[in-house]
Amino acid sequence: MAEAGAGPGIAAGCGAGSAGRTLAQKIIARASGRSQVLPGEVVTCRADLVLLLDSGGPRRIWPRLRELGVGLHDAGRIVLVNDHFVPAVDAGSAAILRLTRDFAREFGIHRFFDMQGIGHVLLLERGLVQPGMFICGGDSHTSNAGAGAAYAMGLGAIEMTGVAVTGEIWVPVPETIRVDCSGRFARGVVAKDIMLQLCRELGMDNAFRAIEYGGTAVAAMPLAERAVLCNMAAELGAETGLVEADATTLAALQAAGQQPVDDALAWRSDVDARYLEVHALDVAALAPQVAAPHSPANSAPVTQFAGTAIDQAYIGSCMGAKLGDLHCVAEVLRGRQVAAGVRLLVAPASQRIWAAAAADGTLATLTAAGATLLPSGCGACAALGAGVLGEDEVCISSTNRNFRGRMGASSAQVYLGSPYTVAASAVAGRIADPREFLA
Amino acid sequence: MSPVAPLAGRAWLFGDDIDTDVMAPGLYFKAPLEEMARHCLEAVDPAFAASVRPGDIIVAGRRFGVGSAREQAAMVLVQLGVGAVLAQSFGRIFYRNALNFGLPALFFPAAGEILAGQQLEVEPVAGLVRNLDTGREYRVNGIPAHLMDMVAAGGLVPFLRQRLSRPPAEQA
Ligand code: SF4
Repeated sequence: MAEAGAGPGIAAGCGAGSAGRTLAQKIIARASGRSQVLPGEVVTCRADLVLLLDSGGPRRIWPRLRELGVGLHDAGRIVLVNDHFVPAVDAGSAAILRLTRDFAREFGIHRFFDMQGIGHVLLLERGLVQPGMFICGGDSHTSNAGAGAAYAMGLGAIEMTGVAVTGEIWVPVPETIRVDCSGRFARGVVAKDIMLQLCRELGMDNAFRAIEYGGTAVAAMPLAERAVLCNMAAELGAETGLVEADATTLAALQAAGQQPVDDALAWRSDVDARYLEVHALDVAALAPQVAAPHSPANSAPVTQFAGTAIDQAYIGSCMGAKLGDLHCVAEVLRGRQVAAGVRLLVAPASQRIWAAAAADGTLATLTAAGATLLPSGCGACAALGAGVLGEDEVCISSTNRNFRGRMGASSAQVYLGSPYTVAASAVAGRIADPREFLA
Repeated sequence: MSPVAPLAGRAWLFGDDIDTDVMAPGLYFKAPLEEMARHCLEAVDPAFAASVRPGDIIVAGRRFGVGSAREQAAMVLVQLGVGAVLAQSFGRIFYRNALNFGLPALFFPAAGEILAGQQLEVEPVAGLVRNLDTGREYRVNGIPAHLMDMVAAGGLVPFLRQRLSRPPAEQA
């Protein structure tokens, strides 16, 4: 792949014209109160929305607020979620959840979602992301919200304390890499497969770059699939991932009962926007991808790993357990059984997804095939809840990262695949090509 | 704000892909910061930690500070008195950590033109790097003055404390 390109500082000489701006530049310019910004500049942005999670939120921020003797800059901008440690599996996680609840009460945070689902999924599901928003979140997959044409930045707990107190954050204006996806997916291939391939091709070292996804294949994707692309921009090591606003963005807001902002459709890159690189990908030629332990960049077409025996198949996380994902799983499982000796665990990403999948019969299909349903939450994705892997166990997972020890024992082997691939593997008892199960 | 004084010091050269493990070796994680600082970058330049003088400037290639998010990587450089880091590019988290711990970090595409030991002068806000030995001057993207306030305060936490003790006047 390309040499680690320009980084900040290179495009600064490209003139003062107002055209040629990417979506990322436009959002940062607006949030920093400037008419324009150029890659390489460092500016200060006001956060329109601040996402705090039980994991790195109140438990880390509250002690520092006390130490500094201050409160929150604006509780109205905060969205607070109990999702990592739900439901509590021990007294320690119970204490964290309780602290988060106390924090919500103490500071009058109205947008507090307690065990309603995974925060990144809730932001889009509830229509809280408006095109053009600048979002800060205390979690590396905050980029998920970029699917709503927002610039969403993941930060550590110290920096989130600063955001909570001042409402502001400093931002290096990134270069933008455009990934243009054209064509129609073959049967059994989805957005997750694009990302596993990109992790291999773009590598995981894309600091100071934003990844903008577009093209006819992205235009045809529902918001939940766009979110997969943006979510895994974190695995690319990028500042964020984002998709331009279009009719799908607006429809998703309306479906969530929210009115899109007046200028919603203006949040697009200029036609002559300056990109650091443009990659063209024909998704019609894409095969299902699998990433081998212990990196998402260790990916190859599924056929390369087919036949690897598994102990567990996991459908979960902010990535791979939305309603569309559950439908993919049901498509494979209908009339089939999970292989003997293999456990298929399914944790729908939110309560609403759970309810919808119950209402349309999806959950019944899953359980009839032998799947075990788990609560909505981060759970096994980060070895925080039920579904933790033991020594030397092998798992294929619809989650986003497979670093050593991430899902349990450090000797456990985690493969990443799409919901289709995970479901097919659960039935086969070994890593399997889902196309064989989709006649 | 008053203009920030230029920094001056000798150049220490490093290549590409200097990772945070090399700056803050995991072996010394449990040791005090001063102890860890004595081993900073020793894997690539054993003389560095013992000979670096306060104000000296690191000049590096691409992706300086890649790897783990450990904030000690920035902290040990501060501990050793490094005045600034100039690199062709940085790892995302290291770059944030450097500024959050009060260490000016500037993107410097011309890093390859600097020789070890040359005397450099850096104006972090104006975005100027002067090689006092050759007389060459380089324009780089400066750190905005408002962010330099944080750097000058010693980093994010001291800056918050400072800012909170002032009346909450809106700043430009
Ligand atoms: S589901 Fe996994 S990746 Fe997503 S927020 Fe939770 S722990 Fe992180």
